[in-house]
Amino acid sequence: MIAGRVIVAGEATGEALVTCEPLSFWGGYDFHTGEIIDQHHPLAGVRAGGRILAVPFSKGSSTTTAVLLEAVREGTAPAAILTTGADAFFALASIVAEVMYGTPFPVIALEPGDFASLYTGERLSIARDGTIARALPLPIPSGPVHRTR
Amino acid sequence: MLNLSDRDRAMANGAGGPAEALAMSILMRMADVYGATELMDISQAHIDSTIYLGDATLAFAERLASLGAKVAVPTSLNVSGVDECGWKDWAVKADWAAKAARQMLAYERMGAVPTWTCAPYQTHMRPVFGQQIAWGESNAICFANSVIGARTERYPDLLDICCAITGRVPAVGLHITEHRAGQLLLRLPQVPVALQQDDQFFAVLGHLVGKLAEEHIPVIDGIVVSPSEDQLKAFAAAAASSGRVALFHMVGVTPEAPTLEAAFQGEPGRRSGEARGLDITVEDLRAARRELTTADGRELDMVILGSPHFSLAEFGLLAPLVAGQHAHPRVKFLITSSRLMKERALETGILEPILSFGAQITLDTCILASPMLPPEIKTLMTNSAKYAYYAPSLLNTRVTFGSLADCVHSAIEGRVVRDDALWRSA
Repeated sequence: MIAGRVIVAGEATGEALVTCEPLSFWGGYDFHTGEIIDQHHPLAGVRAGGRILAVPFSKGSSTTTAVLLEAVREGTAPAAILTTGADAFFALASIVAEVMYGTPFPVIALEPGDFASLYTGERLSIARDGTIARALPLPIPSGPVHRTR
Repeated sequence: MLNLSDRDRAMANGAGGPAEALAMSILMRMADVYGATELMDISQAHIDSTIYLGDATLAFAERLASLGAKVAVPTSLNVSGVDECGWKDWAVKADWAAKAARQMLAYERMGAVPTWTCAPYQTHMRPVFGQQIAWGESNAICFANSVIGARTERYPDLLDICCAITGRVPAVGLHITEHRAGQLLLRLPQVPVALQQDDQFFAVLGHLVGKLAEEHIPVIDGIVVSPSEDQLKAFAAAAASSGRVALFHMVGVTPEAPTLEAAFQGEPGRRSGEARGLDITVEDLRAARRELTTADGRELDMVILGSPHFSLAEFGLLAPLVAGQHAHPRVKFLITSSRLMKERALETGILEPILSFGAQITLDTCILASPMLPPEIKTLMTNSAKYAYYAPSLLNTRVTFGSLADCVHSAIEGRVVRDDALWRSA
């Protein structure tokens, strides 16, 4: 169990997609497909839609929020976003998604050590209070672990 | 716990109408995210939410406009999703153009000034040192904070307009003096003057600094040349694309960094606990420059200039390079700029040789914000690190980064030619 800090509350269950590289959603995320498209990013070509995306913080374009809002409308947004700090961009996108469509996604900030313990492919369950349950016992990671530093 | 003023509370309760109440409700929730205990006044805003992406961005704009939203402070507008007068010359679909134009109209109805540019700091809406503002658009945020010394947080789309409608922002982050202190020292101990004088240097350095800075405010020490405003613009745009830089200090160059101590508001490392810093080498710069090129051949379909929007000074640099020459018939030569800059370039006569060269000009938008490039355009060349960073991902094109002169020579030759002498390994 990980105790995260609630930035935007909500529940979500899904498979983790973990990266240590920040991401700009504008120029980095195709809201028609839910795929990461930033050719400079180690997750380029990987689908994040419907998964719990763990990314330390947003970078780049201010339009990241608008891309995320479009993704919520299309049903291609990540199920939740886990970060290392209170990222205003991800929070704003979720808050406006609630205002516009009644469907916010959880945004949870983790301690760096907790963030670093996550790996791609593990199953996570996020509760409204920010606690994150991990499937136990932890399975052996299969396939590439998307951690680049 | 957020302490609201009487006026804030009145706005939240709908005293100024439903749009103001909606904007204030979003702002109050964001104040909690930022950990703010109060809101503060701004006297200017720049709205990045103008970029049309799809039905959600349009619905948000039209909801605010239909609720009677009006901006409370002088507000400029970023690029839109369409060149209203020129889109038919390109591959833009009529449905896209119509919806993007509706989104433009929605923000105009809120009383914002239709500047339609990502370089609002080069218009009459330029803020002044110390001014509290709420700006969206990553390059503009970085420029306003760093080069002008105005004060804005890194505001995202959809929040920038809420700040403009209420005239308020959370009193946190880069609005507050102590949070503007440098956090990471980046030294250039052995970068030769000749390289610093090169036309590509500041864009390449910005690309590198954006990646090195991570979440920190970088302080660049060791600049021995006097960069032009457009070189600092290129640096800011690059650093805010490869990274999340919203404020940088360049010792001896930017206004809050007359000295190293001033940039750090004290001894370097005293606040951040990071005294070491990093040295940037010539090899680091070469590697960063290589990253901005994804094309591997000489083929060239289009030269693209103007991200951020081309300025009058940049038109002035381009004019003598192209005078009396013609671009190769197979290569398009496109400049993205604002209506204001184009008009001023026309008035001063410097646009004439550029148009005679065969250049086209797109206004109000850019190739990244408007789906204007036809599919046969597969290879680009640019002197903009921002275009070079985003084009491969957003447009699925390959790109070569080079100097302004390289771009012109390549357009004439019809294939990529670069003078790499300064950048070659010793």
